[in-house]
Amino acid sequence: MEHIIRFSKVTKRFGDLVVLEELDFEVMAKERLVLIGSSGSGKSTILRILMTLEKPDSGFIEVEGESLWHMEKKGRIVPATEKHLRKMRKKIGMVFQHFHLFPHMTVLRNVTEAQIYVLGMSKEEARERALALLDMVGLSEKADQYPAQLSGGQKQRVAIARALAQRPQILLFDEVTSALDPELVGEVLKVLKDLAQEHEHTMLIVTHEMGFAREIADRICFLDKGRIIEKGPPSRIFTEPEMERTREFLRNYIEVSNAINGV
Amino acid sequence: MIVKWDFAWNILPVLLKAAITTLEATALGYAMALSLGLVLAIVRRSRVRAISWTAGGIIEFVRSTPFLIQLYFLYFILPNYGLTLPAFVTGILGLGIHYSAYTSEVYRAGIEGIPQGQWEAARSLNFTKLQIYRRIIIPQAIPPIVPALGNYLVGMIKDTPILSAIAVVEIMQRAKIIGSETFRYLEPITMVGIFFLLVSLVFSAFIRKVERGVSMDRRIEKAMEIKG
Repeated sequence: MEHIIRFSKVTKRFGDLVVLEELDFEVMAKERLVLIGSSGSGKSTILRILMTLEKPDSGFIEVEGESLWHMEKKGRIVPATEKHLRKMRKKIGMVFQHFHLFPHMTVLRNVTEAQIYVLGMSKEEARERALALLDMVGLSEKADQYPAQLSGGQKQRVAIARALAQRPQILLFDEVTSALDPELVGEVLKVLKDLAQEHEHTMLIVTHEMGFAREIADRICFLDKGRIIEKGPPSRIFTEPEMERTREFLRNYIEVSNAINGV
Repeated sequence: MIVKWDFAWNILPVLLKAAITTLEATALGYAMALSLGLVLAIVRRSRVRAISWTAGGIIEFVRSTPFLIQLYFLYFILPNYGLTLPAFVTGILGLGIHYSAYTSEVYRAGIEGIPQGQWEAARSLNFTKLQIYRRIIIPQAIPPIVPALGNYLVGMIKDTPILSAIAVVEIMQRAKIIGSETFRYLEPITMVGIFFLLVSLVFSAFIRKVERGVSMDRRIEKAMEIKG
């Protein structure tokens, strides 16, 4: 299989804080890659750089064989223009921790707006497709309501439909259940699992839901302090992690979830 | 001095005619202040320093100099550079430019109040910068600032008498002319005062109506009505 995303020596700093340090990694086409690690380890930054919301300080990133943050001009490599970034962004969609639905638009318009004004689809086409996607996430009856009228889980499902409407090949999920009440996590995870089963998107998922990670992932990357220190299939990472740091992280996680479950 | 009701009745049509000039100048000046202010607010947020500083400089300059001086500049000095405009047009331009410096600050506050996540979501959906402003940011930024923008409408109409300094015959100037011709100021000036009072009250009521009309609560209520 061929890689669809490649990071080469990508470094990102916020002031003195090094968030990603000379990161190298690849994602295969149609792969479901889950990024785990404690907060501040740089997981979300990887997604945000891919979505072009953060600019890396150094290094190269390729998406489908094309440089994301750079372009060639008269035989020289120069920083990407907004035009180039817009071309690259077409391939990628993102779902955020805090949903970021547009509060002034109905659920339906949240899903149609970019189809109409970015993809140039007709209003009827966009509407039809939006209703089909809302149906897929189980919210077609909420089409005429506003985000403020929805629960967190419903908002997140609309956000997933909104991202899918742009037909990206690559989907980024940034802690999509972390802002939800515990009883609403399941409905969002179910949508993601259905999506993974029925479609062929390349998915990069940052999550703290280890059960879900184990179920959905083709491969897990464990990040610590801006580096990927361990990667492999979930069956191995969760049962016999090689690195002490990974073991410690998973142990803490298991203790916490046992405490919650009263074990 | 006793109010002469028949005199007041006689000058009413003349004053009302001048009132139309006042209202026209306000309407056009306000329309300009609203649009130019928005442009200034957006330009000021440009990442290119030279552009944002220029916009900031214009705003600061306009806010820090008296309206009357700006008006004189447009009316008496610009003709030296070949730009001669009718008094009425100059008055509208003056009001529009002066108030755009204030409305731009209001817009700026409105725009800054929109959470960063809205920009990020819009960007990830690949909207252009202009589309993000037009479809995502401005529609959310405006409803909360309607009252503040509305205050400047009331403020502007009360500034229109200054236009008399460049020979625009608006309602106040007309009242002064009547006074100097008839040696009676009580009726015309009182009537002008009442005019401004009434118009300000109407404007305020109008603004409250707009405020309620554009609020999210109202939209959600409507969505519920349709559903129920």
